[in-house]
Amino acid sequence: MSAVLAPPAKDEATAATSAPRRVGLRRRSQLIAIAFALPALAINLLVIGGPTIAGIGYSFTDWNGISAPEFIGLDNWVRLLNDEALWNALGHNFVYLLIFLTVPLGVGLAGAFMLSRIRRGAALFRVLFFIPYLLLSVINAQIWRNILDPEVGLASALNRIGIHWLDGVYFFADKDLALYSVAFVDSWTFWGFLVVLFLAAMQGIDASQFEAARIDGANAWQEFRYVVLPGIRPTLTFALMIIAIGSLLTFDYPFILTNGGPAGASDVASLLVNRTAFVAREAGYASALALSLSLLSAVFLILFNFLRRGEEN
Amino acid sequence: MAVLATLRSPRKKAAVHATGGLGPTPVSYTVLILLALIAALPLLVLVFNSFKTSLEIGTNPLGPPSELDFANFAEAWERGNMAQGFRNSAIIVAGTILGTWLCAGSAAYALARLNLPFKRGIETYLFLVISLPVQMFIVPLFFLWVQLGLMNTLLGLIIIYVALNTPFSVLLLRTFLVGIPRELDEAARLDGANEWQVATRIIMPIGWPGFLTVGLVSGLGAYGELLFAVNFLVDPELMPISTSFLQFSQGFTQLYNLVNAASVIIVIPLIILFLFMQRRFIAGLATGGTKG
Repeated sequence: MSAVLAPPAKDEATAATSAPRRVGLRRRSQLIAIAFALPALAINLLVIGGPTIAGIGYSFTDWNGISAPEFIGLDNWVRLLNDEALWNALGHNFVYLLIFLTVPLGVGLAGAFMLSRIRRGAALFRVLFFIPYLLLSVINAQIWRNILDPEVGLASALNRIGIHWLDGVYFFADKDLALYSVAFVDSWTFWGFLVVLFLAAMQGIDASQFEAARIDGANAWQEFRYVVLPGIRPTLTFALMIIAIGSLLTFDYPFILTNGGPAGASDVASLLVNRTAFVAREAGYASALALSLSLLSAVFLILFNFLRRGEEN
Repeated sequence: MAVLATLRSPRKKAAVHATGGLGPTPVSYTVLILLALIAALPLLVLVFNSFKTSLEIGTNPLGPPSELDFANFAEAWERGNMAQGFRNSAIIVAGTILGTWLCAGSAAYALARLNLPFKRGIETYLFLVISLPVQMFIVPLFFLWVQLGLMNTLLGLIIIYVALNTPFSVLLLRTFLVGIPRELDEAARLDGANEWQVATRIIMPIGWPGFLTVGLVSGLGAYGELLFAVNFLVDPELMPISTSFLQFSQGFTQLYNLVNAASVIIVIPLIILFLFMQRRFIAGLATGGTKG
C-alpha cells in the first residue's frame, strides 16, 4: 500500500519550492500516516469499538442473539435492580475486594520492603515470588485443587501425623468455604505481582531520603511509614485501582474452581454475565448486566483518578 | 523529613538501629524465605505428584516421589491429546504476536514519527479502550462472531487477542519509537527509501526491545487466556492447550498424577522462557498492566 503512496524522494526535493504542491505533499504525508494507523483502527472498531456501542443499544432490547432485537425501554434495567442473583454475585465480588485489600496487599508491601533492604539473593526471591503470577490460571487452580483435596492433599498428609483438623473439609464444595477458598487461590497468584510492582516504586525513591531518615534515627517501621509509603503513593493508588477493578471483573478462578457453586455460594458477576449471555442466550439482558459492571468499574476509575489528582496537588 | 525529625527517637536507641534495624536484617531474610516457601512449595508439590502413581499419592500425598518415573508424562500427553492442544496454542500465540506487532507497530510508527492527524484524540481513545472491561463488548462480539463465521475458528480468537493487545502495545511502542533520532530516517528518505522501508529497515531494528516486550506480554496473555477461549472455541479439536487441559482435568479429577504431569508439561516452556528473559518479562507485565 505504501509503495503506491510513497513517491521517489527526488520528487519531494523539487516540490519543496512551490506552495500548492507543498500542501499536496502534506496531505499525502497525512494519507501515508493514516494508512499506517488503519489496521489497528479497523481491528479495534471491529472487536471493541463497534460491539461496545452495540452493547449499549442491546441493553435496551429483548435480543436473544438471533432474531431481530425489540426495544423494551428500561425493562432490563428494572429487572437488573431486582435480580437477586446479581446482588448475590456483587456481594461476593465485594468480599473478594476486601480479601484482596488485606492479605495480598499487606504481603505485597511487606515483601517489597524486605526485598528493597537486602542485596544477596534479591533477584532469586523476585523470580520465585513472580512465578505464580506468570503461570496459567488453569494450572494454578490445579495445584490448589490437589493440595486442598480432602482425600489426597494436605488433609491426608496431616492425617499421617495424627492431625485431623481438615478431615472432610471440602474447600471448594462447602458453601461456607467456597468463596474464600477461591479468593485464596486467586490471591496466592497475585501477591508476587504486587511485590514486583511495589519494589520497582520503592527503588525509585531518592536515596537521600533514606539517609536523612537514618541520620534522624528512624527504625525500620518508621522508615517504612514515613519514607517508603509516601514515596510509593502513586503506585499504591494504581495497585488499589487494579485490585478494585480486578475484584469486580474476576472470572478465571471462580470459573475453574467452582463455577459459582455450590448453589451460587461463590458466584461472581462475570460468571453471571457469562451464563446469561452464552448459556441462557439472553443477549439483551446480558448486555445490561455487562454494562452495569462496566459502569461500576468506570466509577472506580474516576474515583482513583481523583485520588491521583489529589496527590499531585 | 520534617515529620521524621519530630519522631526522632532518643539517640542511644538510634545507635542500635543504625546497624541492626536498617541493614539487611535477619528479620528480612526470615520473612522473605517464608514468602519464597509459600510461593514455591505448592509448585514443588505439583512436580512431586506428577512423578507418582495414583497409589503413591494416596500414601504419600505431598512429599517427594519414591522414584523418577516418566510414565505419567507419556500417558498424559496421549490421553490429554496434548500434541493437538500445543499445535493450536502455537498457532494462536504466533498469530497474536505477529498480528499485534503489525497492527500496533505500524500505528505506533504513525503516532510517533508520521504526520498523523488527530494524534491527541487517538491517544485519548487508546487510554479509554485500555480501561474498558471486556465485559463491555464480549456479548455483542460473541453474536457478531457467530454471524461472521468467526466463531469456533482459530482466526476468530486471534483477531480478538490482537485487538485486545493492540491499544497498550501502541502506547508502549510509541515511547520506544519517539526516542529514535529523526536524522536517521531523514537520511534514509534522502537515499530514496519509502515509508515502508524506513519503518522496517531503520526503525524496527532499533526499536526491537519494545517489540520484544510487546511480543512477550501478548504471547503470554494468549497462551493462558480463558474467558474468550472457553466461550469462542468449543470444538475440542480447536482448543488451545489451556482449555483442553481444563477439560482433561475436569474429566479425570481423581487422577492427580496424570493431570499434574500435564500441568508440568504446559508450564515448562513458560518457565524456561521466563528464566532466560525474566527482566523483560517482569518489566513488560508491570508496565503492560495486568493479565487475567
